[in-house]
Amino acid sequence: MIQFTDITAWIHTLLLSVMSPTWTYVVELILSGVTALVVLLVCVIIMVYMERKVAGFMQLRWGPNRVGPYGLFQVIADVIKLLLKESFSPNRADKIMFNIAPALALCVSLMALAPISWAPGLTMWDTNIGVLFITAISSMGVIGIMMAGWSSNNKYSLLGAMRSGAQIVSYELSAGLSIVTAVALAGTLSTNGIIASQANGWWIIKGQIPAIIAFLVYIIASTAECNRAPFDLAEAESELTAGYHTEYAGMQFGIFYLNEYINMAVVAIIASTLFLGGWMPFHLPFDYPIVQTFNHIMDFIPTWIWFFGKMFLVIFFMMWFRWTFPRLRIDQLLKLEWKYLLPISIVNLLFAALIIILHWHL
Amino acid sequence: MRALFNYIKEVVYAFVSLAKGLLLTLRYFVTIKKVNITEEYPDNRTTTISVKERFYGEVVLTHDENNEHKCTACTLCQIACPNNSIQIISKQVETEDGKKKRVLDKWIYHLDMCTFCYQCIDACPQDAIEMKNSFELSVYDRSKLVRQLNRPGSKLKEKPTVKEQQS
Ligand code: SF4
Ligand code: SF4
Repeated sequence: MIQFTDITAWIHTLLLSVMSPTWTYVVELILSGVTALVVLLVCVIIMVYMERKVAGFMQLRWGPNRVGPYGLFQVIADVIKLLLKESFSPNRADKIMFNIAPALALCVSLMALAPISWAPGLTMWDTNIGVLFITAISSMGVIGIMMAGWSSNNKYSLLGAMRSGAQIVSYELSAGLSIVTAVALAGTLSTNGIIASQANGWWIIKGQIPAIIAFLVYIIASTAECNRAPFDLAEAESELTAGYHTEYAGMQFGIFYLNEYINMAVVAIIASTLFLGGWMPFHLPFDYPIVQTFNHIMDFIPTWIWFFGKMFLVIFFMMWFRWTFPRLRIDQLLKLEWKYLLPISIVNLLFAALIIILHWHL
Repeated sequence: MRALFNYIKEVVYAFVSLAKGLLLTLRYFVTIKKVNITEEYPDNRTTTISVKERFYGEVVLTHDENNEHKCTACTLCQIACPNNSIQIISKQVETEDGKKKRVLDKWIYHLDMCTFCYQCIDACPQDAIEMKNSFELSVYDRSKLVRQLNRPGSKLKEKPTVKEQQS
């Protein structure tokens, strides 16, 4: 079986043979960035299609079914439409800020991809503080949204941005605490290390109840951080037209849209890395021969299937939430965080610490 | 202690009720082939389309096989209509025994002003009109929406006289 490490090593030696090590480094940086972007864009296209189909099916509809077989080309048609539309900025908006905001938001969410481990040995930036970096970056996404809201010179945009700020600042806490729970269980901050620590079973199985609670809290909090329904107060179309991107049109709106889905993909990747073992196949933490055979059989499924399978599983969960629950009010939203999720995740963290100290986890 | 217990109860209850909702949508998602109620309209307009009987599409004056209707031109429906979308035009005719009688000449229905409220049908003492569930009502010219509902040559269905009823 071809390993991704073989491919990267092959490219590395190939580049070294034609240019100096410095240029090799630069070219590799660009190549890895472009590859990650392309993979992510393909994922986003699949996600947008999936979102519409899931939404349709859950509301007893068919979803898109006009453009191409089963509406498969609908997303492409939409992208072409967005590309052809004029990017318009309002007269009294702060032009520079207004035009920078979408790009900034997109950059921030792409930066969170750097320390992610895509496959064995395939990490763009293999650092020992990977998870810390991701949490730091993901809370910066609100800056792009605030910029967009403020510079639009529109009350709806401003209100949406403010709500988004309040939401991200509060939900960052419980998301962070549940990440800390997983980090405490794994004993490392590096994404590769966390995945390696799940070689004999995913944390959601090995970590028992605290890991399950942390996983649930993380999914809820990160859905809120992505501004997705039922926490989509930042766009709340019935109250705020479209929230912070009310004034955007054409591809600038498209970038915000893309950004939302990339955020979702990032969150799903982090959740699967921390709790579901990233690219690690499904292993059970027992020593019986039959379990060992089972673990061995699981190894035959390629790691990229595991990676994307888990990612889309988590994404499906988030879509499932979105199309089931009604939107919360802003006070309910903050109450949910400060009165329920935060206390629960603090207690859960203590509980996890107890389990780790007593070696109760498998 | 009690407060803590209530707090935990609340959380558990919330999770249970959320799970119920999630299970419902999951059931829809999995069994979409069976539970889907969407009509793929322009594709199935000649085949499988089904519009519910109770759908209020347009008002029709019912005619039987002898081209007879039951409208006595009493104008109660015209009075009942909140939008003035009914015009009953009647005429005087002379019956065989020399009596003058008022009969329906034109039953004019302004579909463009009708809100499908069903009040005319409720008001009609003769059950002469009813609501059809047709829905492809759009036309290019507004004047086509003003219709005469009584068919040409149709006449009032004679009620069986008291004697006939007894026999
Ligand atoms: S349905 Fe209502 S609006 Fe239409 S004709 Fe009858 S009474 Fe008038
Ligand atoms: S349709 Fe009914 S209510 Fe209207 S005029 Fe005829 S009999 Fe009277």
